[in-house]
Amino acid sequence: MKVAEGPFTTLSGVPVEPLYGPEHLADFDGARDLGAPGEFPYTRGIHRTMYRGKLWTMRQFSGFATPEETNRRYHYLLEQGQTGLSVAFDLPTLMGYDADHALAEGEVGKCGAGVSSLEDMEILFRGIPLADVTVSMTINSPASILWAMYLAVAEQQGVPFERLSGTLQNDILKEYIAQKEYIFPPRQSMRLVTDTIEFGARRVPRFNPVSISGYHIREAGSTAVQELAFTLRDGIEYVEWALGRGLAIDEFAPRLSFFFNAHNDFFEEIAKYRAARRLWAHITRDRFGARDERSMKLRFHAQTAGCSLTWQQPYNNVVRTSIQAMAAVLGGAQSLHTNSLDEAYALPGEQAVTLALRTQQVIAHETGVVNTPDPLGGSYFVERLTLDEEAGARDYIRRIDEMGGMIPAIEKGYPQGEIANASYQYQRAVESQEKVVVGVNRYQSEDQPIELLQIDESAGRHQAAKLAALRKRRDNGAVRGSLDALRRSAEGTENTMPYILDAVRAYATLGEICDALRDVFGTYQEATRI
Amino acid sequence: MPRPIRVLVAKPGLDGHDRGAKVIARALRDAGMEVIYTGLRQTPEMIVNAALQEDVEVIGLSILSGAHRAIVPRVLALLREKDMADVKVVVGGIIPDEDAAELKRQGVAEVFQPGASLAAIAEFIRTAAGRPAAA
Repeated sequence: MKVAEGPFTTLSGVPVEPLYGPEHLADFDGARDLGAPGEFPYTRGIHRTMYRGKLWTMRQFSGFATPEETNRRYHYLLEQGQTGLSVAFDLPTLMGYDADHALAEGEVGKCGAGVSSLEDMEILFRGIPLADVTVSMTINSPASILWAMYLAVAEQQGVPFERLSGTLQNDILKEYIAQKEYIFPPRQSMRLVTDTIEFGARRVPRFNPVSISGYHIREAGSTAVQELAFTLRDGIEYVEWALGRGLAIDEFAPRLSFFFNAHNDFFEEIAKYRAARRLWAHITRDRFGARDERSMKLRFHAQTAGCSLTWQQPYNNVVRTSIQAMAAVLGGAQSLHTNSLDEAYALPGEQAVTLALRTQQVIAHETGVVNTPDPLGGSYFVERLTLDEEAGARDYIRRIDEMGGMIPAIEKGYPQGEIANASYQYQRAVESQEKVVVGVNRYQSEDQPIELLQIDESAGRHQAAKLAALRKRRDNGAVRGSLDALRRSAEGTENTMPYILDAVRAYATLGEICDALRDVFGTYQEATRI
Repeated sequence: MPRPIRVLVAKPGLDGHDRGAKVIARALRDAGMEVIYTGLRQTPEMIVNAALQEDVEVIGLSILSGAHRAIVPRVLALLREKDMADVKVVVGGIIPDEDAAELKRQGVAEVFQPGASLAAIAEFIRTAAGRPAAA
């Protein structure tokens, strides 16, 4: 094959010119659009020296089977030089069901660790000093409950809340938009999120209460611009709700963090991170009147694209992940998860996850990309892409503003429909071989089998047995009392966090606490659209 | 002209990842089939009831969470109970080879793993429903 085949577009389908030069940057103003690293609008990064001052946090998302087994994996990862923890919970936990609920059958421990009570959280962090390690938790609908369990473990370790740092994902809007792990209706969910933002600002000031996530939007099949736009519009929604609660922008905005996908199209992704920083700086300053620079700095975690991993020829996934991780680093990520080669099949095995962590270590210590901030700044192509993605996102944000905000847009099915269209177009392009996926629709060969992590039904039985014993052992009167108090607070306008903490301390289970909230808030079902 | 093939695309279990289910639903519709999509978090009972009410010939189950070993056999058993064993069941998602073989042994018509082409899936369903594309 002598030449590449057109059409020449980015992964998101945006046409690319044969060559970029100064004539493509007529509308570009370096002083206005770039600035210096660490300075408004932070296009070049949020720190003056970037990775010379501080490397990104290498944070592998991890959790499987029981809290006991996941705790062993955490100790292993920390011994291997990982610098933060990131908890993956299983589907029953994500959906607010205990391990012994009928709907949990066959699901316990499959997609992450099962956590049904404070007892499980104690086991998950056994021997891990919460004062010294930052912990990220991927939990959304029941985020305040799992956070309360974490805070209760910190209390047991004698660590004051003020010393804890970490991140809750707690981004419910992208659940309605993309990942669909919602329990309560949107407005009630937003009230719970706002409770955590307020509680965090007052009591746990070093914790990021929300990680506003484009990752799942992209995994659901969006374009890069849709990922950028819907994520930042979600951010605007959280800001508006927190302001509505009476918080001042600079009280909570410094603790909002973001989470983006790192997909295959190298330059499109780098431009996306740069555009995100510039947009958020303007949104917080110009739209919300932030004065504290920390409110304007968009900090983000990146994860390489799970949806880019192929089942066929799984070793190719190591290569994809390396390139995607490099884009995240050149784009100025604050923390990074690199996917393992076996993740098209299953949760990663220990060997595979070690290789994924080593990938980050090679980038950090061998390639030299950490030597200087935003090394691609000033590239005609990258600056053009950054401007275009910024403009595309502004356009979407304006449209959603006109709909009355993200909740009405979600209720109309607008972002969901845009993503479904993009995802179908992409799949058709793969089908017609307009987009090549190596090993899948070109260069096919026999697959080499790889060793996989197996999770059997014993995790479910183990978790259910522990719960049965807990329900007998605890003070059930105290549990009922705490759940009644929580119900009353949910019916009113008080912050629910202190009541959730009390329930958790009494060893009320996740399912019981969620049921109390379901009683008050009801549940949500989306309108089904193809 | 024979009536179009009616397919129920269903998403059982707690998993909310519906990208695949939606893409398949659209592709089958574009291939001329009548597609009913159940939406998320359907129990085997809900799926089989929907299949009965909608009078479908084929059920497509999309499962990415690893819960297929618990869910698929229950769908098959319910179909037999309701005398609907002629309804073909196909499964798509993250299904390891050995599980795929076991599901087929239990009566699943086909298992489509990641990377399966939309055209191949549509063609399989046409053949399974006794209406292969004209040569």
